[in-house]
Amino acid sequence: MPDRPPDRERIVITGIGLTSPNGNCLQDFRASLLAGQSGVVPFNTRYMGEVLAGVCNFDELKYQKRKEVRRGTRAGSISVYCANEAVADSGIDWEQTDRSRVGVYIGTTEHGNVETENEIYEISQFDYDTSVWSHHHNPRTVANNPPGEVTLNMGITGPHLALGAACAAGNAGLIQAVQMLRLNEVDLAIAGGVSESIHTFGIFASFQSQGALARHEDPTKACRPFDLDRSGIVVAEGGGLCTLERLPDAIARNATIYGEIVGYAMNSDASDFVLPNSNRQAECVGLALKRAGLAPSDIDIVSSHATATGQGDIEEAAALRKAFGDESRPVINNTKSFIGHAMGAAGALELLGNLPAFDDGIAHATINLDRPDPECALSQVVANEPRDLGNVNCILNNSFGMLGINSVVIVKKYV
Amino acid sequence: MNPDEIRLVILDILASIAPDEDLSNLDDDVAFREQMELDSMDFLDIVMELRKRYRVQIPEDEYIQLGTMSSTVEYLVPMLRDVQSLA
Repeated sequence: MPDRPPDRERIVITGIGLTSPNGNCLQDFRASLLAGQSGVVPFNTRYMGEVLAGVCNFDELKYQKRKEVRRGTRAGSISVYCANEAVADSGIDWEQTDRSRVGVYIGTTEHGNVETENEIYEISQFDYDTSVWSHHHNPRTVANNPPGEVTLNMGITGPHLALGAACAAGNAGLIQAVQMLRLNEVDLAIAGGVSESIHTFGIFASFQSQGALARHEDPTKACRPFDLDRSGIVVAEGGGLCTLERLPDAIARNATIYGEIVGYAMNSDASDFVLPNSNRQAECVGLALKRAGLAPSDIDIVSSHATATGQGDIEEAAALRKAFGDESRPVINNTKSFIGHAMGAAGALELLGNLPAFDDGIAHATINLDRPDPECALSQVVANEPRDLGNVNCILNNSFGMLGINSVVIVKKYV
Repeated sequence: MNPDEIRLVILDILASIAPDEDLSNLDDDVAFREQMELDSMDFLDIVMELRKRYRVQIPEDEYIQLGTMSSTVEYLVPMLRDVQSLA
């Protein structure tokens, strides 16, 4: 077991900003997760008509002028909202903060599809005259648009990066922040993941063609991880960003510490474009535990990635059995059952919604688990109702994506 | 369209490009950029909107004609003379 790292290498979460289909701040999001409140609704998308989606209703104008909203992208607005909320929540004296020492690291599953589809539709109304293609297209579609809009909005002159990591991206943003803080590249990181994906018809159409788009007469029951009647993915938008700092800096300013990122890992399946691989996922979990110096039995809650696809859920269940055995702990829950798959935001939102368990000792549920699939057998799943665990010290957050990218983050209660 | 109608069109375009601005006191003889927050990308939006709405193609070396409301209207009058006002 590795020694605990020196305090300067211990990275803590000190502020949280988020927008989810069922809440626009951590308190509301957590309340919805504990109350079984879904955020999935009917949603009209271009060419396809009505689909089901997780839709956010945060106030874009809280931190942006109307002109900024018009100039930028939905992912940019989500990022700007979450970043400002996180900084406000952190209690940092922003006016006195050296913004050349602030880094912005935001995971995205994809970026640019929304604007490209919009522009192609627009020129189709002009007989494909490319002279009406917007001059805003390039700045809106560059991969760094979401974190770049944050720097423009908040006057941050330190580095910014978009981490393209499919649906493992939310964790990837956090991991990048941890590394950059440990390397002393920045003093404060704003990191996590965002998704604007419901605004591109292509993601729905592609999942539909793949046979992986969820349908249900009751939208709130459409996303059913580990359930026999699961029918696929509900696409969602959202964002989850944190402020992260080195522990001594957080202590020096008497910050509220939500938790410490004590372990992380990323690896690759190297086996298939879309089908996940339980062996590599289990290895990723094992590597994160090893780096954290923790045993599987030290984990209290596993926030699962399961998206409610046929094979995906089976593979993750197999990975969790390999990593944790079939014991009564850790318990396993799933956020997508409430809000759908928030793509680049998923990993971040799913972790953040679980962090209040350090205070209330409760694991929120996995809803819509009416007929557990024997192929996804996991005795520790928190089905349909929250479970009071009494005390929660460690949360492990899975986030996996296409092309076989796996990410795991472990957060420990700071005492 | 007559000059008054063209002016209303330009005001409408400006309102969409700069939705936070109060255009009620716009001085027609003072440069847009001196009265509003307009950068080069916003300026291109004026050109793009005229292209989309009226199929007007403005050569780049004539963008200078769009500096003030007065010069813009004067420049567009011959181009839009035969266009029916949508107002």
